[in-house]
Amino acid sequence: MTTRHSNYTSWGRILHAPHHASRPASTETAASSVTAPTEATMLGHGLGRSYGDVALNPGGRLIDCRSLDRFIAFDRATGVLTCEAGVTLADILAVICKPDPDGSGWMLPVTPGSRFVTVAGAIANDVHGKNHHLHGTFGRHVREFDLVRSDGARLVCSPTENAELFHATIGGLGLTGLILRATIQLRRVPGLAVEAEDIRFDTLGDFFRLAGESDATWEYTAAWIDCLAGGKSLGRGIFSRARPAPGIAAAPPPRAPRLSFPIKPPMPLTNTHTVRAFNALYWRKLGIATTHTRSVGPYEKVFYPLDAIGHWNRAYGPAGFYQFQNVVPLAHAEAAMREMLQVITASGQGSMLSVLKMFGDPLSPGLMSFPMPGATLALDFPNRGQPTLGLLSRLEAITVAAGGRLYPAKDGVMTAATFRQGYPEIDRFARSIDPRFASSFARRVDLRAASGI
Amino acid sequence: MQAPSPARKTIAIFGATSDIAVAVARLYAEAKWSIVLIGRNEAALAGTRADLLVRGAPEVVVQTADFVNLPALGQVADTACDALGGLDVAFLAYGTLPDQAACEADAALAEAALVINFTSPVLLLGELARRFTSQAAAGRIGTLAAISSVAGDRGRMSNHIYGAAKGGLQRYLQGLRHRLHATGIAVIDIRPGFVSTKMTAHVKQGGPLWATPDQVAKDITNAIAVRGGVLYTPWFWRGVMLIIRAVPSFVFHRTKL
Ligand SMILES: Cc1cc2nc3c(=O)[nH]c(=O)nc-3n(C[C@H](O)[C@H](O)[C@H](O)COP(=O)(O)OP(=O)(O)OC[C@H]3O[C@@H](n4cnc5c(N)ncnc54)[C@H](O)[C@@H]3O)c2cc1C
Ligand SMILES: NC(=O)c1ccc[n+]([C@@H]2O[C@H](COP(=O)([O-])OP(=O)(O)OC[C@H]3O[C@@H](n4cnc5c(N)ncnc54)[C@H](OP(=O)(O)O)[C@@H]3O)[C@@H](O)[C@H]2O)c1
Repeated sequence: MTTRHSNYTSWGRILHAPHHASRPASTETAASSVTAPTEATMLGHGLGRSYGDVALNPGGRLIDCRSLDRFIAFDRATGVLTCEAGVTLADILAVICKPDPDGSGWMLPVTPGSRFVTVAGAIANDVHGKNHHLHGTFGRHVREFDLVRSDGARLVCSPTENAELFHATIGGLGLTGLILRATIQLRRVPGLAVEAEDIRFDTLGDFFRLAGESDATWEYTAAWIDCLAGGKSLGRGIFSRARPAPGIAAAPPPRAPRLSFPIKPPMPLTNTHTVRAFNALYWRKLGIATTHTRSVGPYEKVFYPLDAIGHWNRAYGPAGFYQFQNVVPLAHAEAAMREMLQVITASGQGSMLSVLKMFGDPLSPGLMSFPMPGATLALDFPNRGQPTLGLLSRLEAITVAAGGRLYPAKDGVMTAATFRQGYPEIDRFARSIDPRFASSFARRVDLRAASGI
Repeated sequence: MQAPSPARKTIAIFGATSDIAVAVARLYAEAKWSIVLIGRNEAALAGTRADLLVRGAPEVVVQTADFVNLPALGQVADTACDALGGLDVAFLAYGTLPDQAACEADAALAEAALVINFTSPVLLLGELARRFTSQAAAGRIGTLAAISSVAGDRGRMSNHIYGAAKGGLQRYLQGLRHRLHATGIAVIDIRPGFVSTKMTAHVKQGGPLWATPDQVAKDITNAIAVRGGVLYTPWFWRGVMLIIRAVPSFVFHRTKL
C-alpha cells in the first residue's frame, strides 16, 4: 500500500488538512489497504462533496475511492445495477439513464442536488433528494453492498444478510468499514424529461399549503426562500415542483461541469451586498408580474443547478462557508421555521441559497439516517467568524428545542449533545463502528466504537 | 427488404490494464465497438470487461499475455486478430517508466526497460502489420496506433533509457507509416505529456502540465478516427517539444531536465 501525504478539503473549505492518502485502483487493493497493519485510523473518501468534516480524518489515513469506478452489471429488464463504490451518480446517468425510443428509461431512484457524488458517499450519508416525500432516501433503494472491515472480514450486507451492519452502514458516515461495491435498484420513469413549475408565494404559510397540495402528484418538490425578507414577507419564496414528462426523452447531463470557477474569485462574493442582490434577483426570477411558470425539458437545471459551475465553492473566498441543514418534526415545523427565519433576518447575515422542503413518511433504512417526516431547511453562510458561529448555534438551539436534528453531511459545528439528542439509535449504532475507522466529525461529536466487539 | 447491418467495429488493446488504455476502451465501448483486451493481470481485465459491457460494448474478449515474452508475440497478434473476426484498430498502450539512476547502475534493468518499451512493441507491431496488410488486401483498411511519449523527442539526463526506447519506437512507427502508406493502413504515434496514472503515481503532480487519462483518451480516439499520424496530447506539447528540441546543446546541457 503506497500512501501519499496530501491535503484534503471539506466542500465548505473551512477544514483543510493533510492526510496519509491512498487511492486504490481496484477493490482488491482497497480491501488490502483496510487490513494493512498500521496504527493510524482510516476513513473512506468519495468526491468530497460533504460540506463539513464527515469525509475527513486529519492526521490519519484516507482511502480515496475515486478509482473504484467500474460498473459490474446492469440488468436492463429489472433496473438492478451493481457497481464499485466510487462510481459517480453522473456516470450512472450518462451510461445507464439514456432514453428508449419512447422517451422512457431507467432513472436514479433518488438524487441529491449534485450528481458529482459517489455511490458509497450517497450510502454513507443516506442522501435524499427532492422526491423524499414519495421515494425516501437513497438507502431505501440499496439492495446490498460489500463491506470490508479492519479485521479482514469482507461481508455482503443486505436486509437479510449481516442485517445489523446493513442498517448501520446506510447513513453510517463511513465509520463501519469500507464499502467496496453496491447493488441498487433504479426506477423506471415514463419519460426522462421533466415537467417543471415554479410558483411564487408570499408567506411561510403559503409554502406549507403548496407543499400539501403538491406532494401527492409531483415527484420532486422544494422551495427557495428569500431569507432577507422580513415582516409581512417573512418566508416568501418560489416553490418548485417537477415530475417525469411521459413520452418525452432527455439526454443525460454532461459528466463534468460546463465551466469551472477560477481559483481566486474575481470579486468578493461573500459580502452582504452580494447576498442581498442575489436574493433580490432570485425573487424576481419569474419576472415582475408572473407568479407561475411551467416548462418541459431536461432535468439538469431542475435537479443540479449548482453543478453547472465546477468548484463554485471557491466563490466564498479563502474563509469558506458553513452549510446548515436541519429537519423539524411536523408538529413544530411551521413555528420553528418562522423563528429561524426571524433570527436570520435579524442577524443581517443572509444565506445565498435557502431551501425549504417537506420530508415524507417513507422510512429510512439507516440507524443514523437524517431524514424524518417534517420540514427541512438548508442554508449557507459565508464564514465571518464569531458572528456566523453565533447565528449557527442559535439555529441549532431552535432545532433541538423543536425536537429536530442536523444533517452531518452539511454540518460543521453541532455539539455532541445535539447529535445525541437528534439520533436516538446512537448507542446501538456505536456497536457497529469499526474500531480502526474514525473521522473528524466522529471525534467532534464523540462518536466512538462501543467496546466489546 | 432487409437493410444491410453495419459491420461491427473492433479494436484490440494491448496493455489493457493501463489507465490510459482503460479510458480509451470506455470511449469505444460507448461508441458500441467490440473490444479485445490483452494484458497479464487476468482479474483486472475481467473487471474492465464487465465495466465495458455495461457501458455499451456488444462483445468484449479477454486474452492474457506477457509482452516481454518476445517469441510468443506472433501468437499474441494472431489470437487478437481472430478473436472477433478481424480488427479495425490495434492499439498498443503497455510500457514501464524505469528509474534512470537504477538503470545506470544495473544493465539488466536498462535492458528490461528497453525490451518492454522498444523491442516488444516493435516486434508486435511487425506481426500486426503483416495481419493488417492481408486484411487490407481483402478490403478492411485498419489502423495501428501505439503510445510513445514526448520523452522520446529529445534525450535528457533524467530519463534517457526510457527516452531512447520511446524515441526508437517513434522512429519505427515513422518507418512503418512509410512502408504501409500504399496499403492505406494508418499508423499513429501517440505522444502524451504528463498524465496522472499508476505509472506516475509516485511523482508530485498538479498544475497545468498534468492531464487526466480521460482527456488524453479523447485525443487518442479522435486521432484514430481521423487517421492522423503523430499526436501530441494534450495539444500544447507539440509547441513545448518544438522548443525543447530547438534549444541548442550548450544551453540544454546547463539544465537538469
Ligand atoms: C451542490 C451540492 C448539493 C447537495 N445536495 C444534497 C441533497 O440535496 N441531499 C443530500 O442528502 N445531500 C446533498 N449534498 C451532500 C452530498 O450529497 C453528500 O455529502 C454526499 O455524501 C457526498 O458524496 P461524496 O461521494 O462526495 O462523498 P464524501 O463527501 O467524500 O464522503 C461522504 C461520506 O461517505 C463516506 N465514504 C466515502 N466513500 C466510502 C466508502 N467506499 N465506504 C464507506 N464510506 C465511504 C465518507 O467517509 C463520508 O462519511 C449536496 C452536496 C453538494 C455539494
Ligand atoms: N503517464 C504518463 O505520464 C505517460 C506519459 C507519456 C507516455 N506514457 C505511456 O503511456 C502508456 C500507458 O501508460 P499509463 O500511463 O497508462 O501507465 P500504466 O497505467 O502504468 O500502464 C502501463 C501498463 O503496461 C502494462 N505492462 C507493463 N509491462 C507489461 C508486461 N510485461 N506484460 C503485460 N503488460 C505490461 C502494465 O500492466 P500491469 O497492470 O499488469 O502492470 C500497465 O497496465 C505507456 O506506454 C507509457 O509509457 C505515459
